[in-house]
Amino acid sequence: MSTSPAADNRSGTPLVSIRRVSKQFANGTIAVRDVDLDLGAGEFVSLLGPSGCGKSTLLRMIAGLGSPSTGTIDWPGSGQEGQGKAERDLGFVFQDPTLMPWANALSNVMLPLVLKHVPRREAEGRAAEMLALVGLKGFETSYPRELSGGMKMRVSIARALVMRPKILLMDEPFAALDEITRHRLNDDLLNLWWRERFTAVFVTHSVFESVYLSQRIVVMAARPGRVMADLDVSAPYPRDELFRTSPEYAHLCRLASGKLKEAIGA
Amino acid sequence: MSSSSPATVVPHDGTDAEARPLAVAEPSFLGLPVSFWPRILAPIAVGILVLGLWEFAVRWNEVPSYVLPGPLLVGQTLIADWGTLSTSLWVTLRITFMALAAAVIVGVTLAVLFTQSKWLEMALLPYAVILQVTPIVAIAPLIIIWAGDINLSLLICAWIVAFFPILSNTILGLNSADHNLINFFQLHGATRWQTLRYLKLPAALPYFLAGLKISGGLALIGAVVAEFVAGTGGSESGLAYRILEAGYQLKIPRVFAALLMISLSGIAIFLATSLISHLLLRRWHESALKREN
Repeated sequence: MSTSPAADNRSGTPLVSIRRVSKQFANGTIAVRDVDLDLGAGEFVSLLGPSGCGKSTLLRMIAGLGSPSTGTIDWPGSGQEGQGKAERDLGFVFQDPTLMPWANALSNVMLPLVLKHVPRREAEGRAAEMLALVGLKGFETSYPRELSGGMKMRVSIARALVMRPKILLMDEPFAALDEITRHRLNDDLLNLWWRERFTAVFVTHSVFESVYLSQRIVVMAARPGRVMADLDVSAPYPRDELFRTSPEYAHLCRLASGKLKEAIGA
Repeated sequence: MSSSSPATVVPHDGTDAEARPLAVAEPSFLGLPVSFWPRILAPIAVGILVLGLWEFAVRWNEVPSYVLPGPLLVGQTLIADWGTLSTSLWVTLRITFMALAAAVIVGVTLAVLFTQSKWLEMALLPYAVILQVTPIVAIAPLIIIWAGDINLSLLICAWIVAFFPILSNTILGLNSADHNLINFFQLHGATRWQTLRYLKLPAALPYFLAGLKISGGLALIGAVVAEFVAGTGGSESGLAYRILEAGYQLKIPRVFAALLMISLSGIAIFLATSLISHLLLRRWHESALKREN
């Protein structure tokens, strides 16, 4: 009953293939143990779990920030074979906006293009377009210090998407925002995903957020971090306030919440 | 912040444009905000009061001018001896600014090299610290003997005193770049040079400027102290030598006049570096932003 753009991609070649990945830190902590996960092209996947379950570590490994201790992360569906630190066609959004305070919004969004030596005028054009897409037209010359928390996060998302990546990795991006702002940004993120057709991986500890956003929820448990459940969220898009108040949403939340409780208890 | 709101309507996200702090226009007098004037007037009032008391005490007790001249006499001497003193001031300032420029160039270069190579830092930083903690008065005679040329020795002495704050502050600044931003640069395949240029150097700017403020004053002190040790005579001598000379001749008002010039130079250097710092940081750095509370 899903009408997502990626409805049948789950059976095809995955974009990212994670096989028996474990990560042990230098101090002996096992952050992630034996994770097997496929990420289909165009999917919206949430990694849901309590703090310390390795969801951020897993996300960073997918991005290539730190490699697994054992196991492999392959990109069969990206046309970039092989594994390693080679740059991926990906965008990353941190928990904080992580903007350069000395640069205005436009220059911040331009950064990935500048690093790739895209000509200045073209870079400015593409960055301005991206800012408009996240609803910040007119704020090109504002400095991060002059923007609200939600607006800074929008700039951060624009910066992550300006290269039009195949996959957008988000590490609890809205955790620090108030609920009204968070709902607003959730909606805008879904619209962007719907338009741009990237694969979205969204790390969160909020059951409600993961159900509202994703097609699929990967529930993780802590100590050591491991995958406990893989839930399908078979509600159609576009999702809106109506969905947020529907019995279906409540039912899905109860389901995900139950799985999370099992994961914590395990 | 620009006070004009953009024409486009931006969606509410609860904390959007309307929630941003409003810039409240403050009444101004002679181009400066009213609340700023006490900052200027209060020190001036204190200064006039102290100078008045000083003049009065000197006259009342009939203190001879070779012990303590009154401020009026110092002022008269400053005007009368302006020719000699201003030449000497120029000599001292030239050494100061050359030393400061050298301190900036060497300090920033070394800081960048140190952050690029831990080995280099481990090998050289202790020697920079040794230079910093050794009293300049104690090694100035050696430097004068080694360097041969007196101007070069003065420059080296002033530079030794001035360069360490720039070096240590810039190192701190280069290392203080946001860790996630470094990760972001990594993700986008930034080269070392790109990370330095677009991330580390801008992140280090506020720290460097704080170092510059300290070093500006220190360069002047270094130049004056070295001159005292060197004690050069002739037309090419700086203010410190004028002080020594006038002291020997018991021309105490002239000593005070020269001292006044050194102090005013120091204040001018501090104001200039503060202004540079403000202009470079006003758009983005916490230290340069005005807050209502």
